[in-house]
Amino acid sequence: MIKITTSDRYNITPLRSLMTNVFSLAAGLVVISIIFLVAGVNPLYAISEIFMGSFGSFYGFKETVTKAIPLILIGAGLTLAFRAKFWNIGAEGQLLMGAIFSTWTGLTFGNILPSYLIVPLIFFAGFLGGALWGIIPAILKIKYSINEVISTLMLNYICAEFLTMLIVGPWKGNTRFGFPGTNNLPEAAILGVIPGSRIHYATLILSIVCAIILCVVIYKTRFGYETRVVGENPDAGKYAGIDFLKTSVILMAVSGGLAGFAGVGEIAGIHHYLGYPASVSSGYGFTAIIVAWLAKLNPLYAIVSGIFFAGILVGGDAIQISLGLPAATVEIVNGTLLIFLIMGDYFLNHKLSIRFSSKSKG
Amino acid sequence: MEEIIISTLQRTMIAGTPLLLATTGEIICERSGILNLGVEGVMAVGAVVAFIVTFTTGQPWLGVLAAVAAGMTISVIHAFASITLQANQVVSGLALTMLGLGLSGMLGKPYVGKPLTIKMDDLAIPYLSDIPYIGKIFFLQSPFFYLAIFLAFAAWFLLERTLLGIQIRSTGENPQATETQGVNVFRIRYLCVLIGGGFSALAGAHLSISYSKSWIEGMTAGRGWIAIALTIFALWNPGRAIWAAFLFGGIFVVQYLMQPLGISPNFLSMLPYIATLLILLLISLKDPKKLNAPAMLAAPYNRGER
Amino acid sequence: MKKIQRLEMKDICKSFHGIHANKDINLYVKSGEILGLLGENGAGKTTLMNILYGLYQPDSGQIEVNGSPIRINSPVESITHGIGMVHQHFMLVQNHSVLENIALGYKDTPFFFPKIQLRKRVEEFSKQFDFKMDLDQKVWQLSAGEQQRIEIIKALLNGADLLILDEPTSVLTPLEIKELISILRQMKAEGHMIIFISHKLDEIMDICDRVTVLQKGQIVGHADTADTDKKSLARMMVGRDVVFNIEKETLAQGKKVLSVQNIHVMGDKGMPAVKGVSFELFENEIFGVAGVAGNGQRELAEAITGIRKINSGTVVMNEKDITNKSPRHIYDNGVAHVPEERIRFGIAPGLFLYDNAILKQHHLKKFSKRYFLKYSQVKDHTKTIVKDFQVATHSIHNQIRNLSGGNIQKLILGREISEQPRLLVASHPTYGLDVGATQFLREHLLALRKQGSSVLLFSEDLEEIFELCDRVAVIFGGEFMGILNSDDKRLSDIGLMMAGSKETETQTSNHAI
Repeated sequence: MIKITTSDRYNITPLRSLMTNVFSLAAGLVVISIIFLVAGVNPLYAISEIFMGSFGSFYGFKETVTKAIPLILIGAGLTLAFRAKFWNIGAEGQLLMGAIFSTWTGLTFGNILPSYLIVPLIFFAGFLGGALWGIIPAILKIKYSINEVISTLMLNYICAEFLTMLIVGPWKGNTRFGFPGTNNLPEAAILGVIPGSRIHYATLILSIVCAIILCVVIYKTRFGYETRVVGENPDAGKYAGIDFLKTSVILMAVSGGLAGFAGVGEIAGIHHYLGYPASVSSGYGFTAIIVAWLAKLNPLYAIVSGIFFAGILVGGDAIQISLGLPAATVEIVNGTLLIFLIMGDYFLNHKLSIRFSSKSKG
Repeated sequence: MEEIIISTLQRTMIAGTPLLLATTGEIICERSGILNLGVEGVMAVGAVVAFIVTFTTGQPWLGVLAAVAAGMTISVIHAFASITLQANQVVSGLALTMLGLGLSGMLGKPYVGKPLTIKMDDLAIPYLSDIPYIGKIFFLQSPFFYLAIFLAFAAWFLLERTLLGIQIRSTGENPQATETQGVNVFRIRYLCVLIGGGFSALAGAHLSISYSKSWIEGMTAGRGWIAIALTIFALWNPGRAIWAAFLFGGIFVVQYLMQPLGISPNFLSMLPYIATLLILLLISLKDPKKLNAPAMLAAPYNRGER
Repeated sequence: MKKIQRLEMKDICKSFHGIHANKDINLYVKSGEILGLLGENGAGKTTLMNILYGLYQPDSGQIEVNGSPIRINSPVESITHGIGMVHQHFMLVQNHSVLENIALGYKDTPFFFPKIQLRKRVEEFSKQFDFKMDLDQKVWQLSAGEQQRIEIIKALLNGADLLILDEPTSVLTPLEIKELISILRQMKAEGHMIIFISHKLDEIMDICDRVTVLQKGQIVGHADTADTDKKSLARMMVGRDVVFNIEKETLAQGKKVLSVQNIHVMGDKGMPAVKGVSFELFENEIFGVAGVAGNGQRELAEAITGIRKINSGTVVMNEKDITNKSPRHIYDNGVAHVPEERIRFGIAPGLFLYDNAILKQHHLKKFSKRYFLKYSQVKDHTKTIVKDFQVATHSIHNQIRNLSGGNIQKLILGREISEQPRLLVASHPTYGLDVGATQFLREHLLALRKQGSSVLLFSEDLEEIFELCDRVAVIFGGEFMGILNSDDKRLSDIGLMMAGSKETETQTSNHAI
């Protein structure tokens, strides 16, 4: 008889944590391979295509960095929210709201103000939009105990419809290939890119700076301390005299605001106009959840995990074209990897020992 | 006018059916203490599997069975992660939704836009369907409608009038105590997660082979999430879920009614989501202690020796 | 299954993480007998009984019934063998009715309509033992004594020949204890056997026929209660002579610190838990609140410290109104708090020791500067607490969840005392600690009193109350039955007051505690 027993593991080293993540991702890739196999695709080829497409070529890598920008921004913001066990699933909506606010600001002031004023202004507007959209579920949760998973999700749908309403209605501008959208932002409001790429460097720098600042906030400040206490044990937070409303509003303002920044980057850095929700963001708000989880809720690591998942997005696009796979493939890859990451946590926190015993059941 | 009212109510019942199915399943699952946020994804898998099987075999009921089987199978992932490995249930459920939506998109790609020729016919209940007005609304409906109502009552009976029901509810309230009474908490929770998955898939099957009779990616349109909200609104009681679900069915239908009035269709599409938030707000005005939420909902249970 | 005549545990060993919880345990119990299992908190009594009940598997050793060995893999198997257990923390679903709870535990509950079919059987059965209870009431509405009776009914309905009771009196009023004892005697007369776990010597002497004493997981002695006395049992239990008499100086009452006027507080279920309590507290004073658990102590402590809302009445601290102020505001006005459920309220389990050492203090100037925490000061502070309060840990960079309950308690107490509070609200500060740590903590409370602070001490342990307090209030049903000075003769009636009789004119009574 084989007996598997588990016991708690007390000393978790960063190395073990890293190795667990690596093994989890590897195990996830095995399962993804099986799915590819069933779908009639050579899994080795598909997986190598994903990574060649994203990291294997200069063009691919530039695209990967471009897509990493929103993932790092949102992922870092989510690490803060998740630390407090505030399950913000609404980053997608917060990104769109940031895009809406910044588009309005850009269209309104872009022709009046010089670039060095308008660019900070649209970033501010984007942050504000995302933050406002993020504060709503915080208030709903603390004041009316409404589950934030549901409220943030509902706000995603509402924001997407609202955005569509704007671009087919009052904000309607040039149509492009039959798709509605606003007019292009004025030149002054458009972010510069690294030549030969779509990397809007201002946002890239911003994302890395934000991740570093957040890391300091979480580990060195009173606010970060209170956030961690609330997440570890809300009852202890209450006992310690922490103001839940204030803490939640701030952390959701930051989390939503960073998603708003991501929205600014997509609009002013890439598209230059506001179009359909699905074209503004390719599910960055959801992918960033995995980014945050893979980063073990440390904003600094979100830089690395953000680049990794951006690679999967880019590689996923590549195999869609080369292998004729549907767009949903990326979602399968993401979902599977997330499942294996959370399963891996169990093996990080528990020691497994397998014993072979000759004792039979009595 | 009469015609419009009757057809509106009739469509309300159809629109409420998937919500009722998914809500009932989630109620059973949450009553055992497991929060399953995978409803949306499982519903999508159910929809696509039901469609494919019906499309290829021409047997709608075979499609339904296949959908339920697929829904239960994919729910095992959430069960294993959240019960056996005591993972975070919020994240595990989200992962299931991502995976489910992805799989449904991949499986369904060849079938997008293909109409279903074999329809699941409406079922007229003899005599009752002849009653003026009411007959058409309640007794000349998709078989899923009757099934959903029946299953909601069955779920109520299961939870309130059987030993298994007591064991399920006890598991959600106090797993330690339940375990010491000789009940296998893990087994109960696995069972409930699987039942919940089956219900969600059934809801999806209704969408693809009875409601719209076609497969479109993303056709679940957040219904799974609304079902999770309705679970709270129904105070974890399948009886209350019936009218809660049809109330929401009404909101879905009202959208189409109001379109001719010149209101932005996008604004109307927001209604179900806004209504969900409003209804949760309404519930929160009630005394939270009387909300009746399972005490140990979403708390992992560590069976191990301390 | 044959009736158990004699049950024996032989050479039982069990260890957790390499630490022995039970080592080479040998004991037996036979029909018509009550065996006492005596030992301090943490001596391994509960672990041993959980092995007998099938919750744990022993590492080695065996259990024999009527001379033949059996294996008990799960509670279900122990029930079929005729073993029933009443746990210290009742294994009841609070939100379910009495009948639903019995249905869950009864081995022959029918699948359909379980409640209808079980009701008659339970009613007949409770008549036999003269239990009166409304089977449709929710468990949380019942008193601890009534809940315990449900547990006993569950065990007996399942045909238990052997009943294990784990610290059954800890939540009962003296009157309820008497009722329990008469039930146990009736069961004994009917040929049941009972294992009675306790750390209270009086009860063991009173109820049991024989006693087995455990210390640090090992058996240190057996005795017939007829042939022994409390003192020698105490020596066996602790391994040395017990000196419980702490020097308490007589100090004059100082200035008024706290004044609580007629406060009303709701419990978790929205029912009134504290009903019109008033009292005052002075410098150099320890004020005890005695009473059986669940009579409003927790709610009162939480109301004063700001965790729970006060519906009416006022709390004034140093002439400042702190009624319904935030916990931080109240802390800043000099009120520290050692909470009752220390794991639930007192710590953030996944954070390091030093994070937890400033849970209530992190906002103080000492530990934070503008938005930042001064971690070097925090760490020094933690090291001081760890040293002064003898917290056993290999490092302050250790998640606090890895510490034992006693060490967590020491850290919390150290943390709350470290800033010299004007008032310390301490709920069961010594619960679950061994004798040494208990003495250590009690000395600290007295030191605080000497330094001019006041202490509001909630305790179920009357010995502790008598030893430490200058004045004692008895709480029952959310009301104070009376406030007595430590030299008041009426203290001998404290048992009656704990059961709900108001402070009466002094009558010489002979049942001294």
